[in-house]
Amino acid sequence: MKRTAKFLIPLALFLIAVGFLFKGLFLDPHEVPSPLVGKPAPAFTAPLLSDSGNSFNTADMKGKVWLLNVWASWCVACREEHPVLVAIAKTGIVDTYGLDYKDTDLEAQAVIDENGNPYKQIATDIDGKIGIDYGVYGVPETYVIDKKGIIRYKQIGPITEEAFFSKILPLVKELQK
Amino acid sequence: MIPELGHYSLILAFFFAIVQGTLPLIGVWRNNKRLANLAVPAARTQFLFIAIAFLSLEYAFYTDDFSVLYVASTSNSHLPLMYKLAALWGGHEGSMLLWVSILGLWTMAVTLFAKALPDSFRIRLIAVMGMVSMGFLAFIIFTSSPFERLIPAALDGRDLNPLLQDPGMVFHPPVLYMGYVGFSVAFAFAIAALLDGKLDITWARWTRPWTTVAWVFLTLGIAFGSKWAYYELGWGGWWFWDAVENASFMPWLVGTALIHSLAVTEKRDAFKVWTVLLSICAFSLSLLGTFLVRSGVLTSVHAFATDPRRGVFILLYLVVVIGGALLLFALRAPKVGLGEKFDVVSRESMLLANNVVLAAAAGSVLLGTMYPLLMDALGAGKISVGPPYFDAVFVAIMAPGLFLMGLGPLAKWKKASLPEIGTRLRVAAVISVVSAVLVPFVMGKITLMLVVGVFMGIWVTSTTLILLRNRIVARQDTTPNLVDNLKGIPLAFYGMLLAHLGIGVFVLGVTLVKGYESEQDLRMDKNDVAKIGNLDFKFDGVAKIQGPNYESAQGTFTVTSNGKEMAVLHPEKRFYPVQGSVMTEADIKPGLVKDLYISLGEPLEEGAWSVRIYIKPFVQWIWAGAILMALGGFCALADKRYRIRNKKTDQDLKAGEPQEAHEAYSA
Amino acid sequence: MKKLFILILLLTNAAFAGDAKPLADDPVIEARLKAMSSELRCLVCQNTTLADSTAPLAEDLRKEIRVQMRAGKSDQEVVDYLVARYGDFVRYRPPVNNETALLWFGPFLLLLIGGFVLFRVLKKHAGSDDIQGEDA
Repeated sequence: MKRTAKFLIPLALFLIAVGFLFKGLFLDPHEVPSPLVGKPAPAFTAPLLSDSGNSFNTADMKGKVWLLNVWASWCVACREEHPVLVAIAKTGIVDTYGLDYKDTDLEAQAVIDENGNPYKQIATDIDGKIGIDYGVYGVPETYVIDKKGIIRYKQIGPITEEAFFSKILPLVKELQK
Repeated sequence: MIPELGHYSLILAFFFAIVQGTLPLIGVWRNNKRLANLAVPAARTQFLFIAIAFLSLEYAFYTDDFSVLYVASTSNSHLPLMYKLAALWGGHEGSMLLWVSILGLWTMAVTLFAKALPDSFRIRLIAVMGMVSMGFLAFIIFTSSPFERLIPAALDGRDLNPLLQDPGMVFHPPVLYMGYVGFSVAFAFAIAALLDGKLDITWARWTRPWTTVAWVFLTLGIAFGSKWAYYELGWGGWWFWDAVENASFMPWLVGTALIHSLAVTEKRDAFKVWTVLLSICAFSLSLLGTFLVRSGVLTSVHAFATDPRRGVFILLYLVVVIGGALLLFALRAPKVGLGEKFDVVSRESMLLANNVVLAAAAGSVLLGTMYPLLMDALGAGKISVGPPYFDAVFVAIMAPGLFLMGLGPLAKWKKASLPEIGTRLRVAAVISVVSAVLVPFVMGKITLMLVVGVFMGIWVTSTTLILLRNRIVARQDTTPNLVDNLKGIPLAFYGMLLAHLGIGVFVLGVTLVKGYESEQDLRMDKNDVAKIGNLDFKFDGVAKIQGPNYESAQGTFTVTSNGKEMAVLHPEKRFYPVQGSVMTEADIKPGLVKDLYISLGEPLEEGAWSVRIYIKPFVQWIWAGAILMALGGFCALADKRYRIRNKKTDQDLKAGEPQEAHEAYSA
Repeated sequence: MKKLFILILLLTNAAFAGDAKPLADDPVIEARLKAMSSELRCLVCQNTTLADSTAPLAEDLRKEIRVQMRAGKSDQEVVDYLVARYGDFVRYRPPVNNETALLWFGPFLLLLIGGFVLFRVLKKHAGSDDIQGEDA
C-alpha cells in the first residue's frame, strides 16, 4: 500500500495545481490592488477645474464620507462611467469629487458641459503627480474615503451599476453611521 | 464556400479522431483485429481532413476573404503575401488549428515510420494520439472556430499585429509547435507502454529518436523566438522570462532530462518509472503552457483575447489527459521492475543526477511562473516574478548541473572512480580556472557572475573537447590514421559532443553579453558622430520611406573604425496606419565578437533624433549555441547504426531474444 | 589670411559635424535609474520594465525617480516610495518574506530532496560490490 501511495504524488500535485488554475480563471491578473486601502488618503491641494483661483483641499473633507473619482476627457472608459456617476449624484447619498488627471481645462470642461456634472468639485492634476501619490495606473479609478480620511476601497476601472450597489453603496452606508 | 469546406473538414476530422482514439483500443482489448486495424486508416484520414481545413483557411487568407471573421481580424489586403499566409497563426483560433495540424503531422509520421513496432503497441500508440487530437479538435469546433463568417463582410481586415510582421513569424510558431506538440509522441509511447504493462528496454529505444526529433525542433523554435525578440522589440533583449517563454522552456528542460534518462533506461533497463514520468511531464507541460497562454490566467505579452469558457474547456481537457495519464501511472508504476544494477558513482548515476538538476530547474521556472497566481488565489496579494528572480534562482540551480556535465561523459558505465575522472579532467580544470580569472581581468570588469559564467562555459567546452581527444587516443592502436579514426566514431557520439559544446558556447555568450554590453542614449543631429570605444557612429540623417503597409522614417548611420568603414545601418521608426501603431525597427550589424545595435528613438527639435546605440559582445553565441545543440540532435538521429539496430531489435523482439546494449547511444 | 580662413572653415566644419550628446543631463543618475527601473514593472503595459516602457505613466514615474534621486534619496527609498503606492506588484524581484519563502527557497529544497532521494535509491540499487566498470 505504501509503495503505491508514493506513485500518487504526481497526480496529487497536479490536482492541486488544477485547483489553483481553476480559481485563476476567475481572477484578473491585470488588476493591481492598492496598498493604500486602509491607509490615510494622501493629502493634496489642487486648483479647481476652470477656476484655478480656488482650490480643493483634502483637509476640508474631514468628517465626511466621500468618493474621489480620477478621470480625464481623453479616457474612453470614463465616458462609459459618466452616466453612473450622474445617477449616484442624483441619489444624494454620497458626494463625488473629481480629480481631472493629466488633462486640459478646456477639454475637460467640454465633457462636463456636454454630459452633466456629477461632481461636487473637480480638482485638477495636470502633471499627474497627485495620481502617482494615489497609485493611479489607469483611469478611471475611484476611492472611497471615510470620515477620518482613510481610504476604505478602491474601484479600478469604471464603476458599474452593479459595482455601486454591491460594493460601494453598502460600504458608504456603513461608514456614514 | 471554401471556408465551409474547411469547417466541415474539421468536423469530419473530429469524427475520425474519435474513431482513432476509441475503437482500436477496444479492438486490442477484445482481441478484435478488425477494430484494431482501424487505427492507421483513421489516423491518416483524420490528417487528410485537418490538412483540407488548414489549406481552406490559408486559401481564405490568400484571397483576402474578409467575410471570414478570423481573416478580417488578423489580415489586411495590403499585407505582404508571406505575412498573409503566416497570419493564419497570428491569432488564437488559427494557432489552435496550427496546433492540431502539427499533431496530425506527427500522427501521420508515426503511422509511416513506426512500422516495426509490435502491432498491439503501435495501435495503442496511435489511439492515444487520437485521443489527444480529439480534445483539441473539439475545443476548436465548439469554442474557437477560425471559419466563423462575418456578415456583412469587412471591407478590409484589421491587419496583423505589426509586431508579428516579421520573417520570425513565418518560422518561429510552426517550429516551436513541432517541438512541443512532438512531445505528444513520447507521451503516447509512455501511455501505450503503461497500458501494455511492458515498460522495457525496447520501449526506451523506440521512444528515444522521437523524443530527440521533438527536442531538436523545440530547441530551434525557442532559439528563433529569442532571436526574433532580439531584433524586433528594439531594446536588444533576447529573453524576458515571460510566462509564454517559460511555457516553452519548461518542456525543453524536462525533454532534455528525458533524453538523458532514456539513455540510462535503454542501457540498464533501470529507472523506468522516472523515465515514463518524465515522458508524461514533458507533454503535460506543453499542454499547461497552452492553457496558460489561452486562458488569460497570467499576464503575458503573447496573451490572446481571452474567454473564460475557453479556459474552462482547456482545463477540463488537462484534467482528463494529464490527470488520466498520471492516474494510469500511479496504478501501473508499482509493478515496474528495477532493472540492472550499477554503482553510486557511474555514468548512469551522473546522468540521473543531471536529471535531478534539470527537474529542479524546471520546477523553479514553474514555481516562478505560477507563483503570482498562487498568491492571488490565496488572497495574499499580487506580486510579480520577473527576470531578477529567474536570473538568480535558475542560474544557481543550473550551475551544479553544468559542472556535472563535465564529469558525466568521462565516467565509466556501471562503476566509475572519482579520482580517475579527476585525473582525466585536470587539464580542463586548470584551463577553466585560468580563463575565469583572465577573461574578466582582460575585459576590465570583474563580477562574481562573470567569473562563474566564464568558468562554466570554458569547463563545459574544454571537457567536451577532452572527451573527443580521449576517444581518438583510445582508438589509436587499432586505427592509427586520424581520418579513419574520426570516421569510425559513431555519429551519435559526435551528436553528444555538439550538443554539449552548444551548451558551453551558449553559457559563454550569455555571460559575456550580460557582463559587457553597453548602452548609450544619445541626442544626435544630422552629421553628429558618437564615439564608443574605437568605433565612430555617424548619423547621416533620416529619410521618409513608403512600405507596402506602413510609412517609415529610416535613419542612416555609418560606422567606422579608425577611418575604415565597418557597416552602414538603417534603423527605422515605422507607422502602421491600420492599427495606428508605431514600431521601432532596430538595425543590427551582427558579428562573431560583438553586435552593433542601433534603434531610433523619437524625433527631437531641429531634425535631431534620440538614438540608442548598444554594443552587444558575443550575443550571437547564444543562438550559435542553440544551433549546435540542435545539430547535435540531428547527428544522433542520423547515426546509421541506430537505424540498423532498430531493424535488428525488431527481429530480436520477435524472436524473443535478449538484447544487447546499444553501442551508438552508449557513446 | 588664408590660414585663418582655413582655420575658420575647419572650426565651423567641426561644429557642424558635432559630437553626439548624451540625452540625460546627469549620466550617474541615469545609470542608477536604468539599473533600478529595469527591475520594476510598468503598470500600464505590465509586460515591460519601467525602463523599456513608453507608456506615459512610465515616463512620469521615471521623471519622478530622477527628481527623487537628485534630491539625494537612496535606491531603497525610491523603491519603497513606489511600493507604498503600487504595492509589491511593481517589483520584478519579489521581496523575501514569509509568503515568498516557498518561491525563493522551494527550488533549492527540491534540488536537495531530489539529490537525497536519488542517492538513497542508488545506494539501494547498487547493493553489491562486484560491479565492474565499462568503458564507453
